[in-house]
Amino acid sequence: MSQAVLEPDAAAARGMDLLRFATAGSVDDGKSTLIGRLLYDTKTIFEDQLEAVETASASRGDEYTNLALLTDGLRAEREQGITIDVAYRYFATPRRKFIIADTPGHIQYTRNMVTGASTADLALILVDARKGLVEQSRRHAFLTSLLRVPHLVLCVNKMDLVDWDKAVYDRIADEFTSFAAKLDAPDLTIIPISALNGDNIASRSDKSPWYEGSSLLHHLEHVHIASDRNLVDTRFPVQYVIRPQSTTVTDYRGYAGQVASGVLKPGDDVMVLPSGMTSKIASIETADGPVDEAFPPMSVTVRLTDEIDISRGDMICRPNNAPAAAQDIEAMICWMDETAPLRVGGKYTIKHTTRTARTVIRNVQYRLDVNTLHRDEAAGELALNEIGRVKLRTTVPLLADEYRRNRTTGGFILIDEGTNRTVGAGMIIEAR
Amino acid sequence: MSQTKPYRVSHLDALEAESIFIMREVMAEFERPALLFSGGKDSIVMLRLAEKAFAPGRIPFPVMHVDTGHNFPEVLEYRDRRVATLGLNLVIASVQEAIDTGLVRELPDGTRNRIQTPVLLAAQEKYRFDALFGGARRDEEKARAKERMFSFRDEFGQWDPKNQRPELWSLYNGRHHPGESIRVFPLSNWTELDVWHYIAREDIPLPSIYYAHDREVVERNGMFYAVNEFIKLRDGETSEVRRVRYRTVGDASQTAAVLSEADTVDKVIDEVAATRITERGATRGDDRVSEAAMEDRKREGYF
Repeated sequence: MSQAVLEPDAAAARGMDLLRFATAGSVDDGKSTLIGRLLYDTKTIFEDQLEAVETASASRGDEYTNLALLTDGLRAEREQGITIDVAYRYFATPRRKFIIADTPGHIQYTRNMVTGASTADLALILVDARKGLVEQSRRHAFLTSLLRVPHLVLCVNKMDLVDWDKAVYDRIADEFTSFAAKLDAPDLTIIPISALNGDNIASRSDKSPWYEGSSLLHHLEHVHIASDRNLVDTRFPVQYVIRPQSTTVTDYRGYAGQVASGVLKPGDDVMVLPSGMTSKIASIETADGPVDEAFPPMSVTVRLTDEIDISRGDMICRPNNAPAAAQDIEAMICWMDETAPLRVGGKYTIKHTTRTARTVIRNVQYRLDVNTLHRDEAAGELALNEIGRVKLRTTVPLLADEYRRNRTTGGFILIDEGTNRTVGAGMIIEAR
Repeated sequence: MSQTKPYRVSHLDALEAESIFIMREVMAEFERPALLFSGGKDSIVMLRLAEKAFAPGRIPFPVMHVDTGHNFPEVLEYRDRRVATLGLNLVIASVQEAIDTGLVRELPDGTRNRIQTPVLLAAQEKYRFDALFGGARRDEEKARAKERMFSFRDEFGQWDPKNQRPELWSLYNGRHHPGESIRVFPLSNWTELDVWHYIAREDIPLPSIYYAHDREVVERNGMFYAVNEFIKLRDGETSEVRRVRYRTVGDASQTAAVLSEADTVDKVIDEVAATRITERGATRGDDRVSEAAMEDRKREGYF
């Protein structure tokens, strides 16, 4: 492999920011090789890890060092040559720290991809230049748009195997661009690469003089994510009430939580849901002292000028910009339980922001075929890895926004009341 | 809303905010959480995050030390000082005591990493802790890369990697039946370098053995072990005084030092940024047993 070109600089690291991205694809697309290449080129693979992988590769009879073994950590995965679960990987350059949610392309693909995409700023999809777009590429693009991942990168991999033919790249790029347009897909970037040889990964390759964009790593380092966050709608789900029982701190009452969206400032008029009571922000505090403003994803403690009864699960917002307080919810639901399907009449625990309630499934309007986007209105239920539009009724109002406007106050999970397992993920379309 | 203002959050601030969110979530949803505190740098950072999460109140849960009896004196002294300063309730789960009462049996090789798991589980049951914070990070080891923030454990404390709850957005599912529990890993997304940057930024004191010092050591399998009451010279071995520091702090009979001149936090950061060996690979005899050593121990209930 070529020598690494970038290395986290100890002194510069303090000012860098954080980008989370999800990768999707199967082993055949070269996804593990690409991740191995990113880790290698940023000096994140350590010698003992590389040695362990070389030993394991040799004992399996692999002809080359199988970088997939770096990411497949569990015994069953190594034995069966598959990836069971989402694996998280970390690397950094002087500009950014990266968290990769590496999701397998085959088994449990939808559940894992939805999980990885839920927190991602960017999704990276790979296709094999020789094969072009396949069903799986479209499915991954669809899930990326469903989860509202703000940035999408398509890597056309194995360009070395098509002699860096611009026509091959153009055909795949055109086809994907027109497909993505139908999906209301986010910001799209397409990059021709060879993960195996490292072309257009850490730096621009001279093999593709016709390609005028940036290398993958340059793009990951520079893609603008600060404005992806919703800074308009003030939403502060109350997580925990801090009321120290101590002789040194008396009469203290603060509402702790993580800002979901918008910007909070001392002096702001606020409304608290579900009570509808209004007050003003007296101060915004952290353990390091008060702050002038709070925005996502800061964890802070908000104090109000009035004594109002507020508890976990309540929402602090602005009087003129509030979420719905809704018991009737329509949502796209991805079902994640292999033991039983989602059924009409089924009752579940629902967790939404910091609020937990019970819910009943009113109806399944349709099931969506994630490959063809065909809607099956006769479905009636959702099995593992199926996605559909569902109506629910909750025992208490959820303080909710549309998912497309707010990924934090628009998402929820369903929990089986018997097994306690997380069985579904929901993205709210309408709340009333 | 004006878009001219960046509203930028540094990666350390983002990690801190996430960890604080997780700790508050546990405090809100569980009845009896406790924090596993070894006196190692990760649990020290976790304790600082707990201070921040509940300020100006005190940390509202006890800390538990699973004490293998093979300790570095500097670490025990640090533990007791921190606990006193923060006014914490310290629970000690003693492996020696468990050996004395017959709960576990000393292994022929005298190592205690494996037998600390039943001791941890017995203490958890005795005090009915339903959530235990651990300082494990996903970058440490390949089995840990697949861990959840909220890791469900059955009534035997076992981890089942094929049966993990999906974690979406920041919606963590801590539901469990009586006897079952959740291990919580607020530092999941931190790397070794992030931890050191945070220690520097927050000016967090550490046990002195994390910084370069002269120590009598013996070299085994390329690792440098301190010669002390737990590690005696074998026939044919010779010891020497070398400039070393500890990159991890575990059982004193299993944890090796690395050669180092880094005697300040900034020098340690430079060293960690340039190192080419993982911290566990460089310092932990217990992880060298097999390719899946950590996975096996986690399945048994190790954190």
